[in-house]
Amino acid sequence: MKMACKGLQTGETLSSLKRESESLRKKLEEERRKLADVELNQAAEKVEVVGALSIKTRRLLKGHGNKVLCMDWCKDKRRLVSSSQDGKVIVWDAFTLNKEHGVSLPCTWMMACAYSPSGCAVACGGLDNKCSVIPLSLDRNENLAAKKKSVAMHTNYLSGCTFTGSDMQILTSSGDGSCALWDVESGQLLQSFHGHTADVLSLDLAPSETGNTFVSGGSDRRSNVWDMRSGQNIQSFESHESDINCVKYYPSGDAFASASDDSTCRFYDLRADREVAVYQKDSIIFGASTVDFSLSGRLLFAGYNDYTINVWDVLKGTRVTCLFGHENRVSRVRVSPDGTALCSASWDNTLRIWA
Amino acid sequence: MTIRTARQDRVQHFRPRTHCLKKLEAMVVEMQDSKSGVKGSEQKLNVTTIPHVISGKDVIAWITNKMKNTTEDAQAFGTMLVAYGYIYPLQNHRKLVMCNDDSLYRFQTPYFWPTQKWFAEDIDYAIYLAKRNIRKKGMLEPYEQAHYNHLHEWLNHKWDFIVMQATEQYKAGKERKKPDRVVFDCQERAYWIVNRPPRRTHSALDVGPERLIDPNIDEKISFDQYRRMNMFYQQAIMRSKVKSSVSLGALVKYITTYKNHDPFLAPCLPSNPWQTDNDSYWTLNMRRVDVPTKMRVERWSFSLFELLSDLRGRDDFKIFLKKEFSGENLAFWEAAEELKLGTASSMSTKAETIFKTFLAPGAPRWINIDGRTMGLTVKGLDHPHRYVLEAAQTHVFLLMKKDTFFRYLKSPVYKDIQKKAQSPEAHNFSPAQLEQNAQSRSPGIHPMILWQQEEEEKAKAAAASAPVDVKAMMSKIDRKK
Repeated sequence: MKMACKGLQTGETLSSLKRESESLRKKLEEERRKLADVELNQAAEKVEVVGALSIKTRRLLKGHGNKVLCMDWCKDKRRLVSSSQDGKVIVWDAFTLNKEHGVSLPCTWMMACAYSPSGCAVACGGLDNKCSVIPLSLDRNENLAAKKKSVAMHTNYLSGCTFTGSDMQILTSSGDGSCALWDVESGQLLQSFHGHTADVLSLDLAPSETGNTFVSGGSDRRSNVWDMRSGQNIQSFESHESDINCVKYYPSGDAFASASDDSTCRFYDLRADREVAVYQKDSIIFGASTVDFSLSGRLLFAGYNDYTINVWDVLKGTRVTCLFGHENRVSRVRVSPDGTALCSASWDNTLRIWA
Repeated sequence: MTIRTARQDRVQHFRPRTHCLKKLEAMVVEMQDSKSGVKGSEQKLNVTTIPHVISGKDVIAWITNKMKNTTEDAQAFGTMLVAYGYIYPLQNHRKLVMCNDDSLYRFQTPYFWPTQKWFAEDIDYAIYLAKRNIRKKGMLEPYEQAHYNHLHEWLNHKWDFIVMQATEQYKAGKERKKPDRVVFDCQERAYWIVNRPPRRTHSALDVGPERLIDPNIDEKISFDQYRRMNMFYQQAIMRSKVKSSVSLGALVKYITTYKNHDPFLAPCLPSNPWQTDNDSYWTLNMRRVDVPTKMRVERWSFSLFELLSDLRGRDDFKIFLKKEFSGENLAFWEAAEELKLGTASSMSTKAETIFKTFLAPGAPRWINIDGRTMGLTVKGLDHPHRYVLEAAQTHVFLLMKKDTFFRYLKSPVYKDIQKKAQSPEAHNFSPAQLEQNAQSRSPGIHPMILWQQEEEEKAKAAAASAPVDVKAMMSKIDRKK
């Protein structure tokens, strides 16, 4: 899919190309503006405000010896997997607080982890530049580390991974600037996605009926939407002022939100092809590291580097409430599959379940 | 075993990730304004009187007033000021939080602020620890002792210099007046708590692994990259977009549709397991319940995607399709999903089975798609890849979505399940009962066991609906005769 690098054509110079790029970019902005007949708060005028929320910590998961960097829910709505800076991956039944499995990996900074759709395996990776799949077992005494299998190989750190609807494929994002789709059984690279000009820090798979696209965000301040079939970048947004730490689809698949070091979270409408909301406050000056939507899409939970989780009203753009409790950065927030709880992972070595 | 990549130090300490420091600084300067800042006073600490001491609650009140937000927000912000080392606690110096009470704090001297263009070197830390050793005659905390031993080992070649510096600083310190010395000691100690945090805590200045790109460097874009960007922009300009009123309207509609199903916005019945420690909500909504809940059945009507995503709903849909003798579309869709999401090695066999079952002329479960799509698909099956059935699958899905799905919603099958569906009563647990629930949380069934059951059911169903091999059956009958 890569274009052959041709020499400069007659009449082209670096500056002429640059000028053309600028004018095309302005034209794109113009086209987007033409169709921007309403703003989000106008479209949501008649919607009631969100009532007072009473969200409390319901579980405190202690067990990691170092910063918890990532977590993912199991489809059974109560189990989850978490990974930390000391290379430990733990599978919990968060409901009973039971630690079901603990695997120690020979690599620090396990920055990404994911639970497989069947519940039979977990994937993880980080500074080892690869994504490994660990099959789980009903036998608590089994040594899971021995069954670990390397699936993805990048040339730099792994920042995100997710299974794509079955246990057989994994989608990864990496500090080497690319994303890739892998066949778990053979470790074969099925498709690679190039276009980011810096570290890719996050990715999320579209929940749509076609399920063939995903969005990624990176240190180049861009969020890109990709077609999994062709490897093409089909849409791109550049409005953040700093690194994008996390991207997450709106439950309908027609929009997504991003969290950035510039202390804002933004909301992008894919069909209108533009940014439609910015969630920010003067008093929030620390980077946002993670976002997730509630089941209906009305609430946006965002974790920040000032140890708090702000809950935004997606439609009205206002902050509904703030969740305090963590004693260090919040590295990841995820709503459970049936929407009954929010899990947050933090650099204070714990995870919290809120409901 | 570990792959180590040589990571350059790209001096990323002033990247936008830490741009919040400028704002913190501005705030701290304002807070120290003699007229409008936080009021300080003299406080007695042990036997020394220390000037310019502020109380936690005054700081928080000032921030609340300045930023016009809640006390809790102000407290969180105050904690950040302490965590980054702009303000330090006088009592309980190891815990870097802002307490909303009479706890005493002081503003850190700008010399020790984190924005200075040098960062806390090991050699400075070694000098500091050595100095503490001289002064308190070896009274270092365990974690400091551990640091000291480690530094003594690897900075051993510079140890004479370190001890000399420590002694010089100690002597200079002794010549200061006692209050000044106490203040300086507090400041220095606070600085090192921030930069070399005690065990099991993490410094606020720790930003995690460095990112590979230095945003301070101007991006050099090559002409090839420009060309690609231009192509991308041209495609983006030509791509069809939807009016905001339409797309935003759809987003709003989604929220309105699902609002009662969102446990954060509406109570889930009988109760949210995380709140009451009772998991009835999960048992009532399991994969294979006889009687689903009313909310679940309602959700199936939202879209075909919802109906198919919930396997219990898909079962119900299959009952309807069986009555209509049009189950082949869904069966094809399911088979195509398996192909798309399956292992690379299984693809050719799956493709062949699908062709024989659904696409070949006279196939037992022949799907009725338009000639062009059929032609493309069959041709593609010569060299099967995971998206070879994409066109056919989309076509079939749209057919079901636009026609079959709506007929299902109007059908007796759906109306029947709607009537049968149960609406559980809300739980009303007393505090004693909640205690009891918390003591006896149910472990549920392990997802791996459920998965194995699912696989077995699928295999049985596949065997039952497999096209009958007439020849084999006939020869069996012949042999019996």
